[in-house]
Amino acid sequence: MAATKMPIAKAINESLRKAMENDPKVLIMGEDVGRLGGVFRVTDGLHKDFGDGRVIDTPLAESGIVGTAIGLALRGYRPVVEIQFDGFVFPAYDQIVTQLAKMHARALGKIKLPVVIRIPYGGGIGAVEHHSESPEALFAHVAGLKVVSPSNSSDAYWMMQQAIQSDDPIIFFEPKRRYWDKGDVDTDAIPSPLHKARIAREGTDLTLVAYGPMVKVCLEAAAAAQEEGKSLEVVDLRSMSPLDFDTIQSSVEKTRRLVVVHEAPVFLGTGAEIAARITERSFYHLEAPVLRVGGYHTPYPPARLEEEYLPGLDRVLDAVDRSLAY
Amino acid sequence: MTVESTAARKPRRSSSKRASSAAAKPPQSSEPQLVQLLTPEGERVRHPDYDVELTHDELRGLYRDMVLTRRFDAEATSLQRQGELGLWASLLGQEAAQIGSGRATREDDYVFPTYREHGVAWCRGVDPTNLLGMFRGVNHGGWDPNTNNFHLYTIVIGSQTLHATGYAMGVAKDGADSAVVAYFGDGASSQGDVLESFNFAAVYNAPVVFFCQNNQWAISEPTEKQMRVPLYQRAQGFGFPGVRVDGNDVLACLAVTKEALERARRGEGPTLIEAFTYRMGAHTTSDDPSKYRNDDERVAWEAKDPILRLQRYLEAEGAADQAYFDELEAESETMGKRVREAVRAMPDPDPLAIFEHTHADGHALVDEERAQFAAYQASFAEEGN
Ligand SMILES: Cc1ncc(C[n+]2csc(CCOP(=O)(O)OP(=O)(O)O)c2C)c(N)n1
Repeated sequence: MAATKMPIAKAINESLRKAMENDPKVLIMGEDVGRLGGVFRVTDGLHKDFGDGRVIDTPLAESGIVGTAIGLALRGYRPVVEIQFDGFVFPAYDQIVTQLAKMHARALGKIKLPVVIRIPYGGGIGAVEHHSESPEALFAHVAGLKVVSPSNSSDAYWMMQQAIQSDDPIIFFEPKRRYWDKGDVDTDAIPSPLHKARIAREGTDLTLVAYGPMVKVCLEAAAAAQEEGKSLEVVDLRSMSPLDFDTIQSSVEKTRRLVVVHEAPVFLGTGAEIAARITERSFYHLEAPVLRVGGYHTPYPPARLEEEYLPGLDRVLDAVDRSLAY
Repeated sequence: MTVESTAARKPRRSSSKRASSAAAKPPQSSEPQLVQLLTPEGERVRHPDYDVELTHDELRGLYRDMVLTRRFDAEATSLQRQGELGLWASLLGQEAAQIGSGRATREDDYVFPTYREHGVAWCRGVDPTNLLGMFRGVNHGGWDPNTNNFHLYTIVIGSQTLHATGYAMGVAKDGADSAVVAYFGDGASSQGDVLESFNFAAVYNAPVVFFCQNNQWAISEPTEKQMRVPLYQRAQGFGFPGVRVDGNDVLACLAVTKEALERARRGEGPTLIEAFTYRMGAHTTSDDPSKYRNDDERVAWEAKDPILRLQRYLEAEGAADQAYFDELEAESETMGKRVREAVRAMPDPDPLAIFEHTHADGHALVDEERAQFAAYQASFAEEGN
């Protein structure tokens, strides 16, 4: 079947629909996910077609949403819960970290927790406080959780299917400022594994690693660098936990230079883990230290300063130049 | 009219029976019984437990507060439409709840708002233009909470009710006779934080008044999706009184809040006030209510408009003449203009502001990143970009 063009939000919507059709145990839960279809319309139309029993408008209580999803999962359901915005996951953080992440291990593997937690994340939409954060490292640090983020419509579609089918709890970070970006989705394709990184663009001089909203920025940076005669490879991580170090390693051993880009603060972020691990694995291949471009160790700033805060083309290319200067 | 206090100040034998049978049934949201002193038609009615005696001057003052607050809100909504604000959360319809309760507070009381309490801010003396900074995206707060004892807006639903309770515990420890008001919505009542704050307040007998504006909606979710028992009744389970007041009646909101504040000052602990009101507009300017509710509901609530009802009363009482209304209209215009100009003149923050105030005592990494950022910015200036 030919691929269809659709925005990321629609791809997730189609994916949820398919998962619900295929498996009556799949439930959608969250604030405003029903009649409104979610504040970003990601669950649009699902309530109409699957009803109150499958698309559940919950009370305004994140700890309650995740805690009851755990109970439903224990009873054999596969809840897909929506946290309305990144900054509102913290009332549920306790349930996610102290309960969801650890229950499988505590039960010696006898119980499964197939819970997907969808979180629209990241900045760039001019929002007020708590609507623009990138807390993925806080979740990736927790054993027992898997953390993924698609950067395009095809991955959004397929990774959501895979996350729902997985028997593990998965934190599914959706790059909210890319919700409206269109891309091809081939619903008959054979998807690549959920936790495998993807070479988004081939290059020979330097590797850029990014995920979610920053993949687009890195592809643009690579295109701009091409005009200056530099060939950048872009790796779309797709999964922050587990992290596909093999794909990064082989790219780096080809290009010998690595810059990691994410919106989240650099300090103790995903990039820190990549830098450490790649330095360990590929020390003698590197021509320059691994550089990181990301957010500062400050609260996410008010909207009028977010362009200064978020890594843009200039900051990425600046890091590329610094790496190439070694 | 029935008194709807759960921990009735005048105990009645039948009350526990009534409470339990009410709890078993879903809430009757149609016509709740509530404390009312002014009917929608502007007729003054009496209530056995609550009353206020106000001079014509004071009545006009409340009217002025509501009119100016509504005007400010309308101005902010249109500034958002013009792209001057990133977002706006309108209080349209909730003026009586906010002005009534806000005017009940004393200068040394402390208020913890959520993000829609523009009318309460007005009563506390906060310059309305200060409220717009965070919605324009130039700051995350915009005022010093201690200037007017009006805390910053809180976006994360329900968090501030615990802060209010803790603050009130401090007030009690200090032996002060001031009180604290925590504002929140009907949706917020589902949050663990809010229920925990009820419990702390009860256990420590904190001088805090929980003021819930039940505006019937939490974005797209009606109150039936948040609770099965009328909100004010919840207080009973925690061991303090709850009362439902007509949230579109400024006099009743004033009377009920005054009483609760006095109770708190006397050391008798918390009260939950449920102001039964309606969000006339969208949740925020990003929301489209036509997706989840029909216009009939709004039309029904328009008939209970808080400003119109006080205007009718003022007219009937002969407490205000045409000259007064004309003057107020002119004052509204002036205020609208001032707000418009102030917002347009609001400068974008200095980019280095990103690094300001992350810590009170500084932080070496933040300092280092600030220096790198400044050097990076300066490199563009050198290139002449
Ligand atoms: C913890 C948390 N979850 C979700 C949100 C998103 N959100 C913002 S306002 C709102 C509805 C609030 O309803 P209510 O408490 O009734 O207050 P109202 O806006 O009606 O005044 C929601 C779900 C949030 N701000 N914080």
